[in-house]
Amino acid sequence: METKVPALSMRHITKRFGSKVVANKDVSLDIYSGEILALLGENGSGKTTLMNMLSGIYYPDEGQIYLKGEPVDISSPREAFDLGIGMIHQHFKLVDVLTAAENIVLGIENEGRLNMKKAAARINDICSRYGFEIDPSKKIYDMSVSEKQTVEIVKVLYRGANLLILDEPTAVLTPQESEKLFAVMRNMKKDGKSIIIITHKMQEVLSVSDRVAILRAGEYICDRITAQADTQELTDLMVGHSVTLNISRPEPVRPKDRILVKDLTVRDIEGIVKLDHVSFNARSGEILGIAGIAGSGQKELLEAIAGLQPIEEGTIEYVEDDGSRESLIGKDPTEIADMGVALSFVPEDRLGMGLVGNMNLADNMMLRSYRQGHSIFTNKKAPAELAEHVVDELEVNTPGIGTEVRKLSGGNVQKILVGREISSAPTVLLTAYAVRGLDINSSYTIYDLINKQKEKGVAVIYVGEDLDVLIELCDRILVLCAGKVSGIIDGRNAVKKKIGAMMTQTEEAPKGGSDE
Amino acid sequence: MNNKTPLIHITRRMDIGRPRAYAYRAAAIILAFIVCGIVTMVLTGENPLDVYSAMFTGAFGSSRKIWALLQNLAILLCVGLALAPAFRMRFWNLGGDGQVLAGCIAAAACMMFLSGALPNVLLIIVTLIAAVCAGALWGFIPAFFKAKWGTNETLFTLMMNYVAAQLASFFITSWSKDGSAKIGIINQNTQIGWFPEIGNKYMMFVIVAVILAVLMFIYMKYTKHGYEISVVGESERTARYIGIKVRKVIIRTMLISGAICGLTGFFLVSAKDHTLTTTMVGGRGFTAVIVAWLAKFNPFTMILTAFLIVFLSQGCNQITTALELNSSFGDIITGIILFFIIGSEFFINYRIHFRKSSKKEAA
Repeated sequence: METKVPALSMRHITKRFGSKVVANKDVSLDIYSGEILALLGENGSGKTTLMNMLSGIYYPDEGQIYLKGEPVDISSPREAFDLGIGMIHQHFKLVDVLTAAENIVLGIENEGRLNMKKAAARINDICSRYGFEIDPSKKIYDMSVSEKQTVEIVKVLYRGANLLILDEPTAVLTPQESEKLFAVMRNMKKDGKSIIIITHKMQEVLSVSDRVAILRAGEYICDRITAQADTQELTDLMVGHSVTLNISRPEPVRPKDRILVKDLTVRDIEGIVKLDHVSFNARSGEILGIAGIAGSGQKELLEAIAGLQPIEEGTIEYVEDDGSRESLIGKDPTEIADMGVALSFVPEDRLGMGLVGNMNLADNMMLRSYRQGHSIFTNKKAPAELAEHVVDELEVNTPGIGTEVRKLSGGNVQKILVGREISSAPTVLLTAYAVRGLDINSSYTIYDLINKQKEKGVAVIYVGEDLDVLIELCDRILVLCAGKVSGIIDGRNAVKKKIGAMMTQTEEAPKGGSDE
Repeated sequence: MNNKTPLIHITRRMDIGRPRAYAYRAAAIILAFIVCGIVTMVLTGENPLDVYSAMFTGAFGSSRKIWALLQNLAILLCVGLALAPAFRMRFWNLGGDGQVLAGCIAAAACMMFLSGALPNVLLIIVTLIAAVCAGALWGFIPAFFKAKWGTNETLFTLMMNYVAAQLASFFITSWSKDGSAKIGIINQNTQIGWFPEIGNKYMMFVIVAVILAVLMFIYMKYTKHGYEISVVGESERTARYIGIKVRKVIIRTMLISGAICGLTGFFLVSAKDHTLTTTMVGGRGFTAVIVAWLAKFNPFTMILTAFLIVFLSQGCNQITTALELNSSFGDIITGIILFFIIGSEFFINYRIHFRKSSKKEAA
């Protein structure tokens, strides 16, 4: 190893934001040709910032980047491309109305006229070389998330990238799609490309990478050869102290039907069917997991129950303790609360829906409670106390309750939101991607909180994307595919492969899919 | 080594702290006056100190000028206070002019056609209610269309200004007795429907503005309505998620915004001008936008920003008459000063780093 010159090295890189925040501190990192390096770290440990300095989005305050031993300066994304560095971001940067090929050649300056035929041929060449499946003439808006991601990767390769950076690429993929991506990554590795992958999922780190580099609080901690590492060691290094990595699954407490959904059908504004005759029941003291590819109707399902989504057909009923039923159809969140239904909802879009980014912690706590009482004035004392309580209880890292929520890191934002939602002693808790973007430590805090709610007899509906977690945490798992229920299975006997298959096809629906 | 480090780069400040923010703003104003001085000398050859003293005389030269300044400040502040809740809700109400004028029309109509029919006290009360309703109606129409069909409120409120102006000119023509397209002073001899003077003829507006400022501060900061306005302004999705009826809040807030404009119109007609002209609002609906924005919608800070604007405009008038300069010169001075004040916000929110000198690094 010592004799080999790294494809790229970073030396003593420091990056500050403002005078107080140090995102990266004296980081030195090497990546070799033909290597897949996993970059591991908690939220806010500076992974994305570090990578953004390679892709020309940020410029380091101190330190130097070397490409094949030569010092280089990367002060714009274009310069990064010229040096053969390409980054695939979490949010795709594609033009919807253009085809794959058009998106791929977009922005490349060439002599003479643009020859789309030649371009398409080169794209096909790249695809066959690495095993991508892509139709160059397909429009982006017709594509699935995984196809869009493929276009992003091919775009980077088309521009001659030798170093690829993938920022949490599997967050939006099914297990099968992830496997495909990993196969492609291995092919690229064989071809001598260097790949840096940022991910929170430990199994992926272990299965795809050659080496793991760990960042903690902006500093480089160490690296490990993947073959000699295990989940526990990597997690401990990442967090800085020893953590237990078990999701417990207590037995359901006296489960009783709480929410009954029958033949629920929902169309979006454009008239596209988002939910197609969905039927299920959610029980108290139980966690019902919802699995599915992103956009299979999970959002609409939760919002329909929460009174935020107009529905076309079907019934949603809430079952009281005494067995009486009340319909939730056609009621908005206020009316549902007025009925005495304690329903809490942790939406996917935390800062755009669950919280107000520009308001401080205390004012965000007030969102749920400000209507209480007949006075025309708001009661600011109770929300402030609640904020203090949540900060203490969930160990939220914040300068104070007067801090604006948008200034907090993702994990802390989520703790505030979940803390508020469970503080009202709900009987139903809806959560959408509760741990998306959270590091392993914060994720386990959230699992714990959800389990505690379950033990209190709350009916929990947990929409998730990590199948391993769904299988470990949930009592039952409902699998959605394109708005239809492809089955409801017992979490204790669930097999990941089978869920993955059910996510992509509805035919083998054994029960639950009520197409009468 | 890093010879391609950008010469300057800009980063967002985390938190600057209040005292320093105010120090930056004060520095901006001082800097603005220095630049104005230089510009004055170069363009006109006048001694900048003369210009400043003329401005000062224009604003504070006599007790009449001081009172006129206070009254103008108060009128502008009233309109600014009316706009503040709408803007806090991110409803770009550019229709302040029209809403005030609608109030003026209604007030003038009551004073002309109901005088004699009602006892004076009752007439004044009816006039006030009519003006408030007219302003509220002018605010309600764009709000209703926005809430119901999602129309663009910026264009809608803007166009409502022209409708109000045309209506005013129509009524002036049809109400004028000699066909001169002028109404003249309404009830000049009887003073029926005139709002009673308190202290002097300027005082009334000052009192109204102070009361409004206090009420608006409490409304925005401590009431449930005020909280709903903030939530809707920050994120409509969050508002819906917690069960706020967004349409209702939009319409309610614009009713309030329009009503305060109408109230301002009432006092313009009943307490100040006692007539109706198409230009009596004088673009305050737009100037008030600057007042509200500069103050970040804080009613008490708006007193300061309104003062600044009124001081500049009155001072600049004096420059042009006293020093016999072209009237555009006053606008140049106002422009420079506003430029610096708005520009200071950039330095409060962002920090500029310069490349460290290479000698230092070598050492």
